[in-house]
Amino acid sequence: MTRDKTDFWVGLFVLLGAIALVFLALRAGNMSSFSFAPTYKVQAHFDNLGGLKVRAPVKSSGVVVGRVSGISFDNERFQAVVSMELESKYQFPSDSSVSILTSGLLGEQYVGITPGGEDKMLAEGSTVQYTQSAVVLEELISKFLYSSAGNQE
Amino acid sequence: MTTPYKVIATLGSRVRTSITGLGAFIRLAGAILARSGAALSRARLVSQQVHFIGNHSLLIIAVSGLFVGFVLGLQGYYTLSRYGSEEALGLLVALSLTRELGPVVTALLFAGRAGTSLTAEIGLMKAGEQLAAMEVMAVDPIRRVLVPRFWGGVIAMPVLAAVFSMVGVIGGWVVGVQLIGIDPGAFWSQMQEGVDVINDILNGFIKSVVFGLAVTLVALHAGWTARPTPEGVSRATTRTVVHSSLLVLGLDFVMTALMFG
Repeated sequence: MTRDKTDFWVGLFVLLGAIALVFLALRAGNMSSFSFAPTYKVQAHFDNLGGLKVRAPVKSSGVVVGRVSGISFDNERFQAVVSMELESKYQFPSDSSVSILTSGLLGEQYVGITPGGEDKMLAEGSTVQYTQSAVVLEELISKFLYSSAGNQE
Repeated sequence: MTTPYKVIATLGSRVRTSITGLGAFIRLAGAILARSGAALSRARLVSQQVHFIGNHSLLIIAVSGLFVGFVLGLQGYYTLSRYGSEEALGLLVALSLTRELGPVVTALLFAGRAGTSLTAEIGLMKAGEQLAAMEVMAVDPIRRVLVPRFWGGVIAMPVLAAVFSMVGVIGGWVVGVQLIGIDPGAFWSQMQEGVDVINDILNGFIKSVVFGLAVTLVALHAGWTARPTPEGVSRATTRTVVHSSLLVLGLDFVMTALMFG
């Protein structure tokens, strides 16, 4: 009887730990945003990624449609290659353009897709042609400074 | 003998003693791990230790977690409200708990609550010559006494750390949302946006497992090597708390640098 009792309390204890971990993963963490829906992979070349990171969201009209799955450097074109996994239920025309955007003024960076007008859709392994690099704040400021210095002359 | 000679000799003997101590510690750890196969076939002993180490520590861990969560909520709100970003309170509470406070504070409490009792128990067994009696009866005291306690501690510690973090997040929610009145939607969504399952929660979990190993081993070693006198046992218990707390903080620094550096 006491043995069973001990086992019961130990089981309850371990169960509580498992519940705590699940609570942390689902309620406090981003486990619930993990989706196991079928995806297809597309690539895009960028001149400058800014601060884009792997697992950053890919959004279209503000809705998350996929995630960045990998970032690498193409040593022949001297450009960054971003591979993205888009959910299969979202299809985009093959002449869609992707750009690297920032949420808020100083928030984290994400990939935005602007749909094009082509009838053909992006498929597994295809490359997006039209890309727009990240806006680097320092470049903007230096451009602004140069132009305002030019105006004063 | 001249005085400089003595000073240098004292230094030398200190270094030698600490190296010998480290060697004995590692050998004991190796012996425990090598005999762990038996623990799996006698799971009853491990389960008893999980009950003794884990279940009995649950209350102090949960209450501490709740209060740490309360304080994080109050202090975090004070700082964040200066920048007008009170909604990030959930993120602050959850990140601090899963990455640092959960594993570290739990390990420190665990050293005080469970580590000391392990040391005192084994030290008294030694003082009462129970360990020697076991050896006479051809029962391996490492296998029968140390191994179940080791695995009990290693299993209990991550569970306690997870409970601590969960209760802490709830405490932060109570203060932030219920008392201060932050928007609950923003509180949870900012938290979910910023806490990564692998980067933050899994790494915190790994930390708690390592701390469990470290604290339990230090406690067992201190009891095992205690002088079999009342004074020796009391010194061993103190040593458990001091050494395992320092070890936890040092390991935490190293692991934080490796994981998040």
